[in-house]
Amino acid sequence: MSKIILETRGLTKHYGGVHALEDANFILHEGEHVAVVGDNGAGKSTFVRQVTAVEQRTSGEVIFDGQPVQFSGPLEARQAGIETVFQTLALADDLDVPSNLFLGRELFKFRFGPFSWLDRKAMRDRTLDALKQTAVKIPNVDNPIRNMSGGQRQCVSIARTAAFASKLVIMDEPTAALGVQETAQVENIIRGLKDRGIPMILISHNLRQVFDLVDRIVVFRRGRIVASLRKDETDGNDIVSYITGVKGGQDVSYA
Amino acid sequence: MAEAMHGLGGLKYDPAKRNRAPEWNVFGALVLIVLVFEILNRMQGGSFLFNMRDNVDAIFNQQRLDIMILQVAIIGIIALGVTQVIIIGGIDLSSGSVVGATAMIVMSFAQTAMVNGNPNPKAIFGDWAMDLPVIVPIVVGLACGLVAGLINGLLVAYTRIPPFIATLGVMVSARGVARWWSNGQPVSFPTETYGSLANGDLLGGMTFGLLSWQGQNPAVIFVLLAILFHVIMTYTLYGKRCYAIGSNEAAARMSGINVDRHKVLVYVIAGVLAAVAAVLLTSKNLTAQAGMGMMYELDAIAMAVIGGVSLAGGRGSIIGTVLGAAIFSVIISGFTSVKLDAYYQEMVKGAIIVGAVVLDQWRQRKRSRG
Repeated sequence: MSKIILETRGLTKHYGGVHALEDANFILHEGEHVAVVGDNGAGKSTFVRQVTAVEQRTSGEVIFDGQPVQFSGPLEARQAGIETVFQTLALADDLDVPSNLFLGRELFKFRFGPFSWLDRKAMRDRTLDALKQTAVKIPNVDNPIRNMSGGQRQCVSIARTAAFASKLVIMDEPTAALGVQETAQVENIIRGLKDRGIPMILISHNLRQVFDLVDRIVVFRRGRIVASLRKDETDGNDIVSYITGVKGGQDVSYA
Repeated sequence: MAEAMHGLGGLKYDPAKRNRAPEWNVFGALVLIVLVFEILNRMQGGSFLFNMRDNVDAIFNQQRLDIMILQVAIIGIIALGVTQVIIIGGIDLSSGSVVGATAMIVMSFAQTAMVNGNPNPKAIFGDWAMDLPVIVPIVVGLACGLVAGLINGLLVAYTRIPPFIATLGVMVSARGVARWWSNGQPVSFPTETYGSLANGDLLGGMTFGLLSWQGQNPAVIFVLLAILFHVIMTYTLYGKRCYAIGSNEAAARMSGINVDRHKVLVYVIAGVLAAVAAVLLTSKNLTAQAGMGMMYELDAIAMAVIGGVSLAGGRGSIIGTVLGAAIFSVIISGFTSVKLDAYYQEMVKGAIIVGAVVLDQWRQRKRSRG
């Protein structure tokens, strides 16, 4: 088996009395694409928020790229190589596409503290490259993204993730609000990541999509991981049984 | 991109229908307003812009232009800072009071020892503070603005109270400082060099006498600062961060921008610009009073808003504010030129500010509907 890129041991998150995530043991290998499925409130997003340090975990361990990590925030996680597409778009509406792609990691002609001179041409060129690579079509990258459709904005957000992806990509319901064609676009980007060997965790409600895209499916139920199944060992009915609790009363020891 | 590209879902994009820069609309409004006042003046047998007297050899009505430009320049300098504050989604109500407090303090360090052969009757400090080199009051003044901006910025960034409240507090306190400084007495009689800061011919000095604009240094400095900040807001990281923060503060934070530190910097720059205005204002008037700069903050905000700077943050530009300042000044001069009563002027001024915001909202809605 290839190298482990992400591992969580006993990952737990309590919001006051609510046990949103309980003792999650999860392993992701190099180059592997894993789907996280489960009902609303099953703990999927909570799990992701602990890994990306949007929230601080109650207890448990996260081991990323061979090192136990304790990120202080999503920025540190990103610097370590975890790129995330969140459910709520993290884009600045009044900026154009290159500015959004390079937000927080701008390219410069020369550095002078806050008054560093931006290299707008290089950022624009690299943006067009990134969009070409991910086959995302944006009519005019120089327009503020305020004027774009939800699907286009989501594509910008995902193109940003794909362009800077280095060690791990996490997508939290990337196609939830998208139309058919836009969904196909996003799925193509995800296949592109697979070809580049970049590991991914995909949270999705869409089982068709999950079976199309990933190698392994991890099922969350009531804050616990109840199943971890290879795609070719299972089918949709099986997964639904786990999601609804018909199967899998016992915790799996290691996902 | 000349050719129409196909967007997602088969959407077509027509480059010709791209949004025109909103500054053009403001510019159009400016031309229109000038035109209206020109017509109104012609109906009364005069002219708004042009020289009508036979005994004066000039194309333009120089006197009116000078007044208009001076009016726009000093408050315009404040508006440059206010623009940046509004773009990051904040507001600065303190700038007028900061002008007042800075004016009093600056003037005390700019005083001359002897007035017409007698000791300065308005002296604030003893002899040690008399006839100081002009750099001293300038540095003291800019430091006042820096401190005020720092207080604003730290309050907004680190106590997380709304900018409206934080700067309202500083506005009241700074006015208090202005009154307390000399127990409400005016401070007067600056050195000759200090007086020449605003009244001299900076443009002549800069161009080695090629051009000349006597007594219009505030306008020259306004233009230079406007160019400087236009470049900074358009081409540097500072500007990019301003728009990002005003547009989506959470996203900016998530992208690793130190939002709090940037906010402090923006408020400091706004404070320093208010101090520049105070120095020029006292130099122009050769005196400082505790009430100086009253309501300037609202005029400055109005200039920005008329120029298309969105109070919601994220949108607007320095060019827009400069044009907004021009409109603001043209309207005031225009009312005077058609002999409209000062009371009406204020009423109409208020209506124009509200109208500009309504127009902006309306444009916004229209655009989002496509």
